[in-house]
Amino acid sequence: MPSMSRRNFGWLAAAMVVAAGIWLSSTPTWAQPAAKRGGTLTYVVFPEPPLLTSAVHTAGPTAQVSPKMFDGLVTYDFDFNLKPQLALSWQVGDDGKSIRFNLRPGVKWHDGKDFTSADVAYSLLKVWKVAHGRGRATFANVTDVLTPDANTAILQLSSPAPYIMYALASMESQIVPKHIYDGTDPQTNAANNAPIGTGPFKFVEWKKGSHIILERNPDYWDQPKPYLDRIIFRIIPDAGGRAAALEAKEADLVGMSIVPLNDVKRLEALPYLAVETRGYEYLAIVSYVGFNLEREPFKDVRVRQAFAHAIDRSLVNRLIWFGYGKPATGPIHHGLVKSYSSDVPAYPLDIAKAEQLLDAAGYPRRANGVRFKITHDYLPFGEQFVRLGEYLKQALGRIGVEVEIRNQDYATWAKRVYADRDFDLITFFANNASDPVIGVQRFYWSKNFQPGVAFSNGAKYLSPEMDRLLQIVQAEPDEALRKAAFADMQKLAMTDLPYIPLTHLDMVTLYNKRVRNHTLTADGIHANFADVYLQD
Amino acid sequence: MNRLGRYTARRLPQTILVALAIAMVNFVLLHLMPGDLVDVLAGESNATDRAYLDDLRRKFGLDQPLPVQLLSYLWRVVQLDLGFSFRHNMPVATLILDRLPATLLLMAAAIGLAVLLGVVFGVTAARFVNTAIDRVISVLALVFYATPVFWIGLMMIVLFTIELGWLPSSGMATIGGSASGIAAVLDVARHMVMPVLALSLFYVALYARIMRAAMLEVLRLDYIGAARAKGLTRGQAARRHALPNAVLPIVTLVGVQVGHMMGGAILVETVFAWPGIGRLAFEAVFQRDLNLLLGILLLSTIMVVTINFLVDLLYAWLDPRIELS
Repeated sequence: MPSMSRRNFGWLAAAMVVAAGIWLSSTPTWAQPAAKRGGTLTYVVFPEPPLLTSAVHTAGPTAQVSPKMFDGLVTYDFDFNLKPQLALSWQVGDDGKSIRFNLRPGVKWHDGKDFTSADVAYSLLKVWKVAHGRGRATFANVTDVLTPDANTAILQLSSPAPYIMYALASMESQIVPKHIYDGTDPQTNAANNAPIGTGPFKFVEWKKGSHIILERNPDYWDQPKPYLDRIIFRIIPDAGGRAAALEAKEADLVGMSIVPLNDVKRLEALPYLAVETRGYEYLAIVSYVGFNLEREPFKDVRVRQAFAHAIDRSLVNRLIWFGYGKPATGPIHHGLVKSYSSDVPAYPLDIAKAEQLLDAAGYPRRANGVRFKITHDYLPFGEQFVRLGEYLKQALGRIGVEVEIRNQDYATWAKRVYADRDFDLITFFANNASDPVIGVQRFYWSKNFQPGVAFSNGAKYLSPEMDRLLQIVQAEPDEALRKAAFADMQKLAMTDLPYIPLTHLDMVTLYNKRVRNHTLTADGIHANFADVYLQD
Repeated sequence: MNRLGRYTARRLPQTILVALAIAMVNFVLLHLMPGDLVDVLAGESNATDRAYLDDLRRKFGLDQPLPVQLLSYLWRVVQLDLGFSFRHNMPVATLILDRLPATLLLMAAAIGLAVLLGVVFGVTAARFVNTAIDRVISVLALVFYATPVFWIGLMMIVLFTIELGWLPSSGMATIGGSASGIAAVLDVARHMVMPVLALSLFYVALYARIMRAAMLEVLRLDYIGAARAKGLTRGQAARRHALPNAVLPIVTLVGVQVGHMMGGAILVETVFAWPGIGRLAFEAVFQRDLNLLLGILLLSTIMVVTINFLVDLLYAWLDPRIELS
């Protein structure tokens, strides 16, 4: 512990000490003692990551590969309690307007230079706040980062931002080496394709379209970890090909449900393969139906309620997602234990009630049995959305709504929905991220109605009451008060129904049983894999 | 060779103009697609504000009016500069050169195999016309002709990788393997077997059918009768006199189908995770990586034009009656 100056004392006295002693020991208590050194892990990823540094691009595959090379300030257990990584401890000032990190001393970058608080300050101010898609919003309140010494970084905030504490895992907010990035454009720095990190594995080779090779970092701060000699990421574009590679024991691990879901049960039955669905809490993916509230039938909340009563969410979960998920109760994934609430209005399957609501809203069945026609643009992201589209066409047909399904590629979809606003109904999924302020607020906040920005408030839901609740969760440092505001927010979201949440998804990790310790934290296979070992 | 020189000198400027015109059409067509690279990048990374998107568009030059973008693109093409892929954070030329050899290897092997097997099956079928052998070949050809490439690929993986364990399911070489020399060549060869077969079977079927028909027609001509009369066996007459003439349609087809095969290569590269350029192009479409896509299309244009040129030369060599004019 550094000596306690007067200034530090003030800090500590006023601070909420989150971590300090308990987590100072770096070995997780659940790590199995008999970890074996050596071996190569073959990990299948698809699509190919655009870059290998999450600090500048948070695409899903990048978030799987890059944390093996970069540690974050902290990591999280399954209940979102913070655990030290590059930060040994942290204190949030009691006005919520400063966050102090004591950094782990003696950590080196892969090129041998020292990791210091200057790297943290640079990454936050010059990379996350500028080049990071979500970071610009997450860290918007951070005005400066003080670095009184090499192992201390103090974030200064214009107003409290409690969600920052949940955005610090490596996959989300990665610390890059200042000495490599300073004075360059972070987005086009060559190191984005051949990173120099602090993490347990070093970059070796990226053969585009084929594979990425990482090797053990012998100077990693957490000896004797990492246990693996090498990680090979293989890029296999065909879903059937990925399943075959697992089955033929050519690959050890495939995450993020990128093996066909209808194949998972068959593969799981093989003696050497197994399934894990934990470790996606940090992503918390939820699928939604979204309405265009600017269009006529959907201006009336009764129409939205009728749709909710017409869609059988447990059937959607069972038949479309093969049971890998739970029927959604509300807009926030149940895995986000610090904000989720189940005390919300429910819309059980009830066709008669749906018909009544539509009649009352002034949309009676016409002679041909149809009340009105709408279009449905689903997010073109895999087979499940095609099926979902087909199901919705049937389900809504039962209450007299004729649906025209429109298929297109992603860029066309994003432009049509968010820029041209030429849609009635959409289906999509999105990650709630580690905190709903980062991942859910965007759909409900009036200030986030931004034409041209995908996954913004595309419904154009404008509610002063919702804005008020969101302002509370954005700034309330007290966890209980914040959770209460989240509960109100979820209740309101399910009352006004600008979106119908459909499924709280489980992602599937299929792995060869010889791979141990791959899912230990809320970021699961997106963690650094220092603890992973092979036991044949 | 003087005639060849003159021929080339006349064809070359034509070829360059054609390539430039195609580049321009490509540019306009691709920009008609809704959405751009920034939409894709921002969607992937959940970018939350408009200013960020505008920044990226400015940086990528996508905020310029289309005619300005077109002119600067053509100017770059003339200088043989293919530009930068912001998606991959790499120059387009580097990306293409990195991936091109894999596709050339795949396509060359598949064309070679298709021509060889097609000719052998076609000639055999013609030689034993209306017998059981002919019928077996014809039925097989029909089946291969009608079966989708990706399905054949997946079925081969099920049989040869999962059931029999003979061949690796995907990739171009054992990743991180230390093989060198002959061992490395054999390693790539093992990885090639299924992709090459999957890509070539359709063409084997096509060439076998065409070869059979061409042989039957040529064998009926008077000069074959004359060859037999001077004492050649049926086999000798077929090989020396019928085959060179009957093979001409196949040469024509190969020339036309090189571009077509690139389409098949995309499917094969996807199923077998073959790190080639077809896959790169396919992904570039969905990612709206237009610089990269334009680069690949320009390269394909040059490839097709060059191969057509070579086919013309080959004609003249195979059949002296055809003149380069």
